[in-house]
Amino acid sequence: MTEGRYLVDAPLAPPTATQGLLEVFRRRYLLKLLVRREINARYSGSFLGLIWSYINPLTQLFIYTFIFVLVLGRDRTENFAIHVFCGLIVVHFFTETFNAGTRSIVRNKALIRKMALPKEMFPVASMMVSLFHVAPQVVILLVAVLIIGWAPSGLGIAAFFLALGIIMALGTGLALMFSVANVYFRDFASVVNILTNFVRFGVPMIYPYSIVDERFGDAAAYYLWNPLSNAVLLVQRAFWVGTTEDPEKTMLTEMPDAMFSRGLVMLGVAVVVLLLGQWVFRRFENKIPERLT
Amino acid sequence: MTSALSNPNSYPPETSIVVENVTKTFSLRYHRTFKQVTVAKFRGQKTKDDFNAVDDVSFTVKQGESIGLMGLNGSGKSTLLTLINGTMKPDSGQVLTRGRIAGLIATGAGFHPQLSGRDNIYLNAAVFGLTEEETKDRFDDIAGFADIGRHLDSPVGNYSSGMSSRLGFAIAINVDCDIFLADELLAVGDKPFKRKCMAKMEEVRDSGRTLFYVSHAAGSVRRMCDRVLVLENGRLGFDGDVDEGIKYLHYDSDDENNDDDELGADV
Repeated sequence: MTEGRYLVDAPLAPPTATQGLLEVFRRRYLLKLLVRREINARYSGSFLGLIWSYINPLTQLFIYTFIFVLVLGRDRTENFAIHVFCGLIVVHFFTETFNAGTRSIVRNKALIRKMALPKEMFPVASMMVSLFHVAPQVVILLVAVLIIGWAPSGLGIAAFFLALGIIMALGTGLALMFSVANVYFRDFASVVNILTNFVRFGVPMIYPYSIVDERFGDAAAYYLWNPLSNAVLLVQRAFWVGTTEDPEKTMLTEMPDAMFSRGLVMLGVAVVVLLLGQWVFRRFENKIPERLT
Repeated sequence: MTSALSNPNSYPPETSIVVENVTKTFSLRYHRTFKQVTVAKFRGQKTKDDFNAVDDVSFTVKQGESIGLMGLNGSGKSTLLTLINGTMKPDSGQVLTRGRIAGLIATGAGFHPQLSGRDNIYLNAAVFGLTEEETKDRFDDIAGFADIGRHLDSPVGNYSSGMSSRLGFAIAINVDCDIFLADELLAVGDKPFKRKCMAKMEEVRDSGRTLFYVSHAAGSVRRMCDRVLVLENGRLGFDGDVDEGIKYLHYDSDDENNDDDELGADV
């Protein structure tokens, strides 16, 4: 009846064909809406709204200052609250990405079961939401270090972005892997929760790196195989080192050597984890819609 | 996957949808927790049981055809539709489609309950592949078609099922697609809305787009479609003329009803 006069200028292709993470990047507009939806939904029905994303880290900063500086009297490390807070930014960013990303597929089952879209969108969107929450924390940190007398440096800023890059790739990669695992067995969300509990203590946050170096000697090198520890150290390099009396000396006594080259290697490791996560995700994603009941 | 799959280029340019030996297997899971699985293994019971929701189905659709997909409840209609729309991948065989696909798989597809109707329009349209500008251009048409008035700015979670399906349909129908899938979409709408939908779908059909229409109502299938597929327990039982397809399903006893009542029989 109407055949022949309406021809579609598109190839005949499987409707499921996507290029995974590349597709997510290609459909940035959808990603943006998903991220915005997530942020709006989190603060919907709340009077203070986004202000909560400032209150939360601010109270943490006060708590750590109070406990470690006033109660425990940690005078071994200068500006210990800043030291802790630098670590906290990394740890929060990572655990939020990992936890929320792992749950993201199951949480968005209404959408995934009914519409065709690259499912990698959801773990990536979780990472972006967590990244969005890094901003207020950095603002608070900046205000604090500027009061103490910190001056920005190019290397410091580079260190900060290197740390962010490590966490972004690592967090997304792990979230991809565990989000699909969580569809098969919801146990994985609990596993991830436990794993992230370790993160807090596995990085030089509530203790300085120099203690690790002292206690473990040569074995401290293994400690530095953890990309998260490196990210924490890089952020401390960016913000905390500059607040100490003698930054040059702090670099020597408190920070490991070759931070940048090790950081770059860790970024490489994180990217490998990301690619591995993508591979695992693609391997198992076919069964996602029917498992989401 | 078998090696017998055809090359997409071997189909003529007017081919819109190819479904080739497609099988989709679901498992009925008997035992889920560690304890249940262990006990079942110990007793020698099955821990899982598979069934084919879609079983070796093959057909091709030319651009501009309108297909009525019929079958009893649980015969695999929605599963077949999700395979065509790309939400699921077949376990064997292949599905090929040409151009943009829009439509509804069941009613009220993929809304976020905490977001307003307005935000959901943007989100849903983006899932169908529309850009921000395209959505803005169509926004008035969508809002006008859904016709839910002031509720557009309240959270979709507060909508009645009729309202959210109106919104879902309004978005899907206003996407410039090449293939439109409609899965029992008239099940919850009121009569004036059903009539509006039918008129709009006829418009879509007459514009030369491929239409895939799932319905239990013989009358509306007869009105909308020029070909009927009947699924029986996941297998393609019938493929051909509309009247014969309806007869095949023994749905032709609805015949004496007038048009409106047939639409009502969609429920």
